[in-house]
Amino acid sequence: MSAHANAFTAMPAPSFLRRHGIWFLMLALMLVLPWLFYDHDRGRHSGFVITLLSEMALMSVFALSYNMLLGQAGLLSFGHAVLFGIGAYFVAHTLNWIKATGIFIPVELMPLVGGLGGLVCGVIAGYVATKQRATAFAMITMGIGELLTAAALMFMTFFGGEGGITTDRVVDTSVFGIAYTKPIQVYYLLVAWAMIAALLLYLQTQTPLGRMANASRDNFERTQFVGYDPRVIRYWQFILAGFFAGIAGGMYCLVYEIVTFDTLAAVKSANALLAAYIGGAVGFIGPIMGAVLVVGMQSGISLYSSAWLLYLGVIFILMVMYAPGGLLGLFANHIPIARTGRLGELFVPYLRVIIPTLVMSLGFILFVELVIHHTINAAQGKKFGILGMRPDPGSTLIWIVAIVGMIAGALWLRQAGRGFMTKWSALIEDAKTKGIMS
Amino acid sequence: MELFVVSLLNGLVYGMLLFMLASGLTLIFSMMGVLNFAHASAYMLGAYIAYTLSLYVGFWIALLIAPIICGLIGAAIEMWGLRRVHKNGHIAELLLTFGLALIIEKGVQMTWGLMAVPYRIPNGLDFPLFDLWGTQFPAYRAFMLLISALMFVSIWLGLTRTRIGLVIQAALTHPDMVGALGHNVPRIFTLVFAAGTALAGLAGVIGGNYRVTEPGMAFSMGPIVFVVVVFGGLGSLTGCFIASILMGLIQTFAVVFDYSLADLLAMVGFVVTKATPGSEFLMVTMPRIAALLPFILLVAILVLRPRGLMGTRDT
Amino acid sequence: MRFARTILSAAAAGIMALAMPVAPAQAQETIKILYTDPLTGPFAQVGDQNLKQFNYMIDYVNSRGGALGRKFELIPVDNKSQPSDALIALKRATDQNIPFIMQCSGSNIAAALIEGVEKHNARNPDNRIIYLNCGAVAPELTNDKCSFWHFRFDNHVAQKAEVMARALPADVKKVYLLNQDYLFGQSVQRDVTAFIKKLRPDIQIVGDELIPLGKIQDFSPYITKIKASGAQALLTGNWGPDMTLLIKAGMDAGIDVNFYTFYAHLGGGATAIGPAGDGKVRSIMAFSENHAPDIKNAEAEAWTKSFREKHNFDFYGAALRLVFDSVQAGIIKANSLDPTKIAFAMEGAKIKDVLGYETHMRAADHQIVQTYYVGSFKKGAKYDAEGTGLGWVVENVVPAADLDQPNTCKMKRPS
Repeated sequence: MSAHANAFTAMPAPSFLRRHGIWFLMLALMLVLPWLFYDHDRGRHSGFVITLLSEMALMSVFALSYNMLLGQAGLLSFGHAVLFGIGAYFVAHTLNWIKATGIFIPVELMPLVGGLGGLVCGVIAGYVATKQRATAFAMITMGIGELLTAAALMFMTFFGGEGGITTDRVVDTSVFGIAYTKPIQVYYLLVAWAMIAALLLYLQTQTPLGRMANASRDNFERTQFVGYDPRVIRYWQFILAGFFAGIAGGMYCLVYEIVTFDTLAAVKSANALLAAYIGGAVGFIGPIMGAVLVVGMQSGISLYSSAWLLYLGVIFILMVMYAPGGLLGLFANHIPIARTGRLGELFVPYLRVIIPTLVMSLGFILFVELVIHHTINAAQGKKFGILGMRPDPGSTLIWIVAIVGMIAGALWLRQAGRGFMTKWSALIEDAKTKGIMS
Repeated sequence: MELFVVSLLNGLVYGMLLFMLASGLTLIFSMMGVLNFAHASAYMLGAYIAYTLSLYVGFWIALLIAPIICGLIGAAIEMWGLRRVHKNGHIAELLLTFGLALIIEKGVQMTWGLMAVPYRIPNGLDFPLFDLWGTQFPAYRAFMLLISALMFVSIWLGLTRTRIGLVIQAALTHPDMVGALGHNVPRIFTLVFAAGTALAGLAGVIGGNYRVTEPGMAFSMGPIVFVVVVFGGLGSLTGCFIASILMGLIQTFAVVFDYSLADLLAMVGFVVTKATPGSEFLMVTMPRIAALLPFILLVAILVLRPRGLMGTRDT
Repeated sequence: MRFARTILSAAAAGIMALAMPVAPAQAQETIKILYTDPLTGPFAQVGDQNLKQFNYMIDYVNSRGGALGRKFELIPVDNKSQPSDALIALKRATDQNIPFIMQCSGSNIAAALIEGVEKHNARNPDNRIIYLNCGAVAPELTNDKCSFWHFRFDNHVAQKAEVMARALPADVKKVYLLNQDYLFGQSVQRDVTAFIKKLRPDIQIVGDELIPLGKIQDFSPYITKIKASGAQALLTGNWGPDMTLLIKAGMDAGIDVNFYTFYAHLGGGATAIGPAGDGKVRSIMAFSENHAPDIKNAEAEAWTKSFREKHNFDFYGAALRLVFDSVQAGIIKANSLDPTKIAFAMEGAKIKDVLGYETHMRAADHQIVQTYYVGSFKKGAKYDAEGTGLGWVVENVVPAADLDQPNTCKMKRPS
């Protein structure tokens, strides 16, 4: 006990900067990134990069709102996109209303309008959905999602049917006098809103509601014993998650200026799920990392390979099987070792593990790309290229390289992995004896 | 009368196809709590494997072998995938099957291409069986009814008359107790998962040539199968059977009745015109939402009676 | 927290890698056309088959000298059937000053692109882009939503509906309509009804259904209703599984009804219909490989035949060579690569299509008016479809002049 107490009393409380420095760093990064891709020849930003970054910003808010349900309350939802989409439709109609009547509602407040739309939807849908928990909840949300997607196709007045609702963000109602004709202006507005949303979401986790949501996730019966009605907790959590999802939907509308039924569809909900889970449903920053990864793969990797969905699926399965805490969990596991100060000892074992992993991954990717080239791409007229090189896809040699790489890499990884785990366990033991980890 | 009988038969056939798919999923879901997203993918694999096999050895042998291959794939998934993530909870298992569904779909596209494959009804079964007031009833549909009925009977016999069947029945409703009593629950899980996947594969073999065999078929069948399973209730195969037939009949008959809420209101004297607020919604006729009725029923039953029709446990 | 930092820097590096230009630098500058359609996901086969056909067409245009001494190049970008991804593809095009963006599949995506292109061109007059629409056929796109920068190279729904109404034989008196319940299907419903009333007032519409898109697994109840109605012909704009399952159900039930479709001749249709459909299914099409021998156009026949030999599937999209021919002609006429000048040169152009019929790109709404055909799925065609032994035989030819319908476009032109 004394060692334990010593370890705790001996450490000074981390400073404000140390605890929250990460947020300032992220803000700085988000502000600076567009300028790294500035096209100096043509004197303008890369529209593609800015759209991609904007998508990452709004997906982060969406994934964080999803995590309010998944990570914090332990509720798996298959219809979260409904709240996102309704928020987006609300903003589209509001912008059209402003344009038609000239009423002054600041464009900067549009995400808030989206949030209100998501809130209203959350109140209605949540009433039905939160009557149950766990699997029944998941199925109800799936049913609601399917129903609303089909309704969006059928009804023209609110949803605009297949064509959706188009709108124009240039409505001259800016509080700061900005026209928002350039994507970079919209991007900065989105960054501001993402920060506000993230801050509010973080504060919510510290409120009694947030804590009780965690409690009902961890131990449902005990929550009831303590005196809280889990149904009310779920309902409130759902409503607030809807508010933030609606904010993300409003951001979407500002970027793309068109809202169609796919903003409500199952694929969008699945994106939120993938982002939150891969990033790590346990921590706050996890969904943000996951959103960046998912958007990067969907809109980035898809340009280079039509097998991006396969790779995403494989990453996802590997996460589920070996890293259920997501990327964040993987990194958080290192913290106790870092506190002992012996993190450096993992450098060489990591090297020993990363090299076979790279060999195996490259072999796998090469194999998949070769198969896709032969069955789909060649006829489409695409040329085979990988990592900037253009080897001949017809030669047997490259097939051998791919298969040998996969198998040899896998076997080597298995062997190196054992050595790695031994070292890892030793370090964890050390951390335990030093009282840093119980 | 004619319309009623023909619709009844059609609804039965569709319902039985749903049952073939949903029975495997009910078994898996009831016993293991795993909502298997890859179930519809097994259906798709069954159809594609049967197509390829039937090119070499004919339909009848494919009918026997393809489900076995699917069953083996299911066993592999369970042993090397699900078992490992079981300790991380139901959500992790569900996500694993979700990831598998993505991979299987892409794998199918990579192997057989993006287009539909010409998987056809075998010539021996491609004739009209009888005539119903001028509409033909194809023999293949009778064949489908036959196979699904045989399947139901053999599952029922297997569960109630064999020893392993009794253990499985117990595990369907009280999985923890069965483990506590000393049965090899992991092996039973593998067996049930493999059996469920094989059933889905069989449904694919039969259904794939009746409908279209293309890479999107898992994506389109998936949700309705979940609805049936949940509606029928956990732990009850009979409930699943009733739910499938019910869903099939509802969807078939809803198409026949051309009424809308506006018609209902007109009966009490309230006339709905284009100017009435919400008129778009009120004037929607039954056939237009026929395919959505299962989802409405799903939400309704989960809210009002989460056990489903004949479930023994809450979902 | 340095681990999260590491991840963020890795993300930054990743973005840097992704922002690399789409195509490696060519030795000589090409005229690029960015083509976006679903290349992955449930509708991937659409984009895939289009891509093969378009590459063949670009080879043809390049072999005829390209334009202004440069060759054309097609850049495919997947949009996964999502409007937001199509808009991202648009951004990629405008980032590199690519002058053309082309898209065929999905009127919702087309609507997003029209708006996106209009706004971009208004906000960035020095970096304009032209949108070539090769298949999104909702009439709104060249009526209420028309745009100077949008050129549509396929007859729209109302024109196709008129062809369908004209195609009905004199002895057909009762028809049944069945369509998908969204913008496109509702357009088909509306326009086919209007043209039947106008051109064939003797025909009675005995049934009119809308089905939810992509959700119906079993069409037998609909077939029962159709049979009970006594209809002699079923008119449908369905595509994809909604079409193939409907036709299959009809074949299975053995009903004595002729199917008139918009899309049965596209990829997958012939396979799904099978030999049982001999003489029962008709489709409204822009092109049939069997028509070239009919009108003794040996050059066109040789061209489509060599595609078939190379790729082993039918060249059903051959009519879309018009897109590339028009672009080539427009650039040569404008003698410039400036999109504004090219757009002015392209509107009003009268160009011959693959089979030698004259087409007209109307300046009023940038809608093509081209000759259309009614093909019937029959045995004995010279070129069969998807190896089934049956092919699309042309029964009616509707000349372009008959399809020059009025429009409500109020086009805003740049100065």
